[in-house]
Amino acid sequence: MTRQIIANSGLAVLLILIVADYIGNPPNPYQQPAIVALGSGATSSGGFCGALPDR
Amino acid sequence: MDSHAVQLESKSHYLNRSALIASALVLVLAVAILAGVRYGLMLAIGLGFGLVLEGLRFGFAGPWRAMILRRDPSGILAQLLAIALVSVVAIPLIELRGGELLGAQAPVGWAMIGGAFVFGMAMQVVLGCGSGTLVNAGSGNPVGLLALPFFAIGSFAGAWHLIEWTSLGALPVINFTGWSGLAITLTALAGVAICFLRQAAPENRTIPKRYLIAAILIALLAILNLVVAGQPWGVVYGLGLWVAKGASAAGMDLSGSLFWAAPATLERVQSSSLTDYTTLTNTGIMAGAFLVASWRTGGLSQMLPQLPLRAWLSIVIAGFLLGYSSRLAFGCNVGAFFSGISTGSLHGWAWFIAAFVGSIQGVRLRPLLGLEARA
Repeated sequence: MTRQIIANSGLAVLLILIVADYIGNPPNPYQQPAIVALGSGATSSGGFCGALPDR
Repeated sequence: MDSHAVQLESKSHYLNRSALIASALVLVLAVAILAGVRYGLMLAIGLGFGLVLEGLRFGFAGPWRAMILRRDPSGILAQLLAIALVSVVAIPLIELRGGELLGAQAPVGWAMIGGAFVFGMAMQVVLGCGSGTLVNAGSGNPVGLLALPFFAIGSFAGAWHLIEWTSLGALPVINFTGWSGLAITLTALAGVAICFLRQAAPENRTIPKRYLIAAILIALLAILNLVVAGQPWGVVYGLGLWVAKGASAAGMDLSGSLFWAAPATLERVQSSSLTDYTTLTNTGIMAGAFLVASWRTGGLSQMLPQLPLRAWLSIVIAGFLLGYSSRLAFGCNVGAFFSGISTGSLHGWAWFIAAFVGSIQGVRLRPLLGLEARA
């Protein structure tokens, strides 16, 4: 067995998860934020590993 | 092999590589159309990280191991250079545009330091850090692919208990801000680099060109990450979020966790993963590493390693510990060490010291766990 099967499996599982999530929770492109956060005037609100949940 | 066969093989390589590039572009375009342009950009930035990390073989766990075992600091010096380059842009920019842009700010505390120590140890056991595990999984390394789901489960569980662990005791968040903060950060980075150089074996006191290029490219991508997303490069949050989504979809009640039940967090669990920045960059890193490994002649044709059962079990446990400990430590080598220091957070420095001490123990553990020949 070579690395090919491991790499293919990893990527396939990742794509399946993303597609499944897309079907369950489709994003709304009409509510998308400004292209770039810098200069947008909007407060940053993404999840980050350094943040406690009150952010 | 005759010339016709060589021509055919060359044509096949060309077609395969064109298909790889086209697939990556289609993926970015699809996310931009389906979710939004910013999200497509974040996937492209993640792809960039994956291409650089795998293409130039730049990482975190390997260079720390090289310093511990061979007194070779070249990789760590490149990491410090990349962090310094990001800090020159990030610290003043966050000062100017606070709110729009946030740093990787977190408190130094007992659980944070303990978490960083355990992370350092576990990352040497699997020879993969936050970004490294994604790169390894994407490039066909079975150790990385096995560790990854347990890393994600650990991240979910660590976040579940994060508030309780943090209540063990922590300082207020301390940040080095503005020009004085930048001066402190650059001076400290230079000081650490000098310390490593003094410890280095004489033949290892230079940074190879490959590492220099990688450091500059990683720094540029990290700055883009901050400017586009409004937050620094991170890995661990996205992994835990995947599991939280799965658990929620399977009917698990997240209300028992102060972390996952918080309104902002719950909203992210219920939103599309295509709108989560760390999910997008993590996906990009795996896909970018896959692209490079597929591009390289013979990159994916290597045989898999033959390891004893206790080695595979160690990888599962270490994978879980990577995720759990990095949540207590407010990030991994990327979110805490790289992004913490480069955006002026004191916790990045505490993470670095604790994780390096943990790495020394992890290097000693590997032969005992059957992951390499005993010395």
